[in-house]
Amino acid sequence: MTLTRRKVMVMGAGAFVAFGLPLRATAAAEDQIAAFTGGAAIGEGGITLTAPEIAENGNTVPIEVSAPGASEIMVLATGNPTPGVATFTFGALAASQAASTRIRLAGTQDVVAIAKMADGSFVQASSNVKVTIGGCGG
Amino acid sequence: MAQDVKPRVKVPKSAAAGDAVTIKTLINHAMESGQRKDADGNIIPRSIINRFTCEFNGESVLDVKMEPAISTNPYFEFEATVPEAGEFKFTWYDDDGSVYEEAKKIAMK
Repeated sequence: MTLTRRKVMVMGAGAFVAFGLPLRATAAAEDQIAAFTGGAAIGEGGITLTAPEIAENGNTVPIEVSAPGASEIMVLATGNPTPGVATFTFGALAASQAASTRIRLAGTQDVVAIAKMADGSFVQASSNVKVTIGGCGG
Repeated sequence: MAQDVKPRVKVPKSAAAGDAVTIKTLINHAMESGQRKDADGNIIPRSIINRFTCEFNGESVLDVKMEPAISTNPYFEFEATVPEAGEFKFTWYDDDGSVYEEAKKIAMK
């Protein structure tokens, strides 16, 4: 294959589209994280996010979050048109600060879970999920 | 979407006091995300269940704020402590104002 100027331009434009979209969505996710933490620093560890490495169908991706000692866990899909997924608030009778559910993912992206611990600190975990068929329609 | 909504909940029939029990819930709902378009290109308006709560004898177990990224037929699995015999109450809140309720009794072993 010979590289013509036109092909290079097309490839460049494609790369820009591919990078531009997740970047915009991530900004919205960061806003949500800031609203949840109030700008506090986010640590690592103490939270587990279980998600498949490859999801064939973005319409139902099983995930599980677990953060012993957390009072709230927020789950975000950073590459979705609206990044919010769910916020779990655990009550006094929750036996474990863990829950599983099924979520929609628009495409390959990072899923992020942030837990608010009982002492007011925040920890996060993220997991990259490759999606073969997106789950947001078009 | 207010019709044909049937919650299904799985709770053990009995447990020992202080035990942790696993609860599974499922409710059939289209969870229309507000992102899809119909054949004419018009956006189908959002219609989802936006909140799910589980209580035991009036005390909170779990409260979930749900967004359009939750799949069709929302499913949740979690664990609850059972201090005494009583009743689990599950409530789903729809965007259109409907509230779906389900209750399950649990006895002591």
